[in-house]
Amino acid sequence: MQADAELLEVRDLTIAFPAGETPLLAADRVAFSVKAGRTLGLVGESGCGKSVTLRSLLGMVPYPGEVLAGEIRWQGEDLRVASRKRLAALRGREISMVFQDPTSCLNPVFTIGDQMGETLRKRAGMGKAQARRRAVELLDRVGVPSPERRLRAYPHHLSGGMRQRVMIAIAIAAEPQLLLADEPTTALDVTTQEQILSLLLEVQRDTGMAILLVSHDLGVIAETCDEVIVMYAGRMVEAGLAPAVMRSPRHPYTRGLIKAMPSLDVSGGVPAAPIPGQPPNLAALPPGCPFQPRCALARPECAEIPVTLDGDLLAHGSACPFAEGAAA
Amino acid sequence: MTEALLTVESLTKRFADRATITGRVRGRDAATLIALDDVSIAVAPGETLGIVGESGSGKSTLARCVMRLYEPDAGSITFDGQDVLAATGAELRALRRAIQMIYQDPYSSLNPRLRIGSAIAEPAIVHGLIERGEGDRFAGDLLERVGLRRGTAQRYPHEFSGGQRQRIAIARSLAVRPRLLIADEAVSALDVSIQAQLLALFEEVRRDLGLTMIFISHQLSVISRLADRVAIMYLGRVVESGATADVFADPRHPYTQMLLDAHPRLDGTRVPKPRLTTDTPSPYDIPAGCRFHPRCPLAEERCLSIDPPEVEVPSPRGGHVSACHVLPMQDALTEAAVP
Repeated sequence: MQADAELLEVRDLTIAFPAGETPLLAADRVAFSVKAGRTLGLVGESGCGKSVTLRSLLGMVPYPGEVLAGEIRWQGEDLRVASRKRLAALRGREISMVFQDPTSCLNPVFTIGDQMGETLRKRAGMGKAQARRRAVELLDRVGVPSPERRLRAYPHHLSGGMRQRVMIAIAIAAEPQLLLADEPTTALDVTTQEQILSLLLEVQRDTGMAILLVSHDLGVIAETCDEVIVMYAGRMVEAGLAPAVMRSPRHPYTRGLIKAMPSLDVSGGVPAAPIPGQPPNLAALPPGCPFQPRCALARPECAEIPVTLDGDLLAHGSACPFAEGAAA
Repeated sequence: MTEALLTVESLTKRFADRATITGRVRGRDAATLIALDDVSIAVAPGETLGIVGESGSGKSTLARCVMRLYEPDAGSITFDGQDVLAATGAELRALRRAIQMIYQDPYSSLNPRLRIGSAIAEPAIVHGLIERGEGDRFAGDLLERVGLRRGTAQRYPHEFSGGQRQRIAIARSLAVRPRLLIADEAVSALDVSIQAQLLALFEEVRRDLGLTMIFISHQLSVISRLADRVAIMYLGRVVESGATADVFADPRHPYTQMLLDAHPRLDGTRVPKPRLTTDTPSPYDIPAGCRFHPRCPLAEERCLSIDPPEVEVPSPRGGHVSACHVLPMQDALTEAAVP
């Protein structure tokens, strides 16, 4: 597979939820591309539009939301106009998804073997015996101990970490080219989280699949992603290579997020500094920059600036023209 | 050290499943979950103790035993010289006023049909601290104390964001002038920008009111900010404790090291180490010997059979204790010691 072939290209994606006269824009002109073998992170706090953006890619925006505008190109094909049948054919084959809560994704009345077998027969076109062998291989691959015994287990027999491993095994069963991961480790303990993230990156090294990772945790993003997009109130406010964004954040919101993260430093370093104010209310956003009510650098012009990045994922763009030179 | 405000000694709490009929026929006992296994902690007045542990480590059960929401199977709890487990009636009511608890989800602990002014004033009225007519002014003062406007007293819980609701929960717990505040994952459900606001509020309240606090969290970073001392729990046992600065700078239990290593870092410098098959064992089936040995990179022969006693390790601030056969005995922690 070509190393930097663009698998997925998203342009001006706008997702709206109806609310009275003016719809709420859960995502507003979001644009990015995902390359084979790379990991792109979408980071932001609750309600910033990261999950709905991820779900929109496979036509899974929750009702009554809808994609208002934009393009979603999968290897050149516009998925926005793709039929249900076509999307269903893509899901689990070329593009797979892992969710936050593995418990609600597994059917409690079927065994792990039943559920993996179904995916392998339907998505990878295997026969029963072959599917069984492959299921054992996959469980072994994701680090589930005694995989043959686990095939007969029901979801409630497994711990949260093990269930998430099973979900990953199912997601990678048909060797997808892109894995969409929505907060895959948020419900897990920190030591389990580390194992799951390592596993995802390991699978990526072996298969060259691309990963689109949504997380609220900057630390998780910093440790796993090549590129990162920071979202606030449905807008992209900063985008760039992950080390550059983490080391020298350009947007005041990103700077605030990084400073708000409590650190493990106990040597009396700078304590975490809160971002003042309340989380954004999509129904009452100010004109211009959505972050201005909470921003220390806000000035009258902020109400008039368009929220657009001055650079792309490779050029480290920021949507704030005023933060440069100001104390970080 | 000054006399502790709260002392918990050798506390044990087991939860037994109901025996099943097939189990009884086959002569099997009901499964027993060991939530706390011989846990001892002490909190000095004015101190903040952090309790860290992953799910199932017993940290919330410990808090609930202190509040007498659960009855422990063995051990003792002493609050300000009084035997908590023997308290009844008026004594127990007084204890529950002196010890207040804040939970992870304030939405489920606030009555959705009660205006928050009433929700805050009611405990103080019930405990006879204020007259009913003073409620509004009293609630207003407390709301301002936690950074909300007085006027918000007329609103209902659903009108607030998660961070604001947690502020309301703090105001309500302060309403009865507690001496010990137990916060159980109180900031875990909040976004990081709001979480930092709440941590600052906890620090402020503690300083201004001279509160003693137990802060329970699975987030090491939260504990490192707030706690003077820390207790690390694993499968119902405190495996390491000491001054937070000592424990985090020089962890002397392999589990603490594993937790610190697994903490995601912004600089992305950590090299992921896959330890593939090492989930936390079930609290229904705690491993023999050292309970951490199946996951431990340093496990030796004796760890499989002998439960390690608590050993004091030399530390700048003193009182640093670890329940491990191997690590506390090493003079200095070198890279070679942690493969």
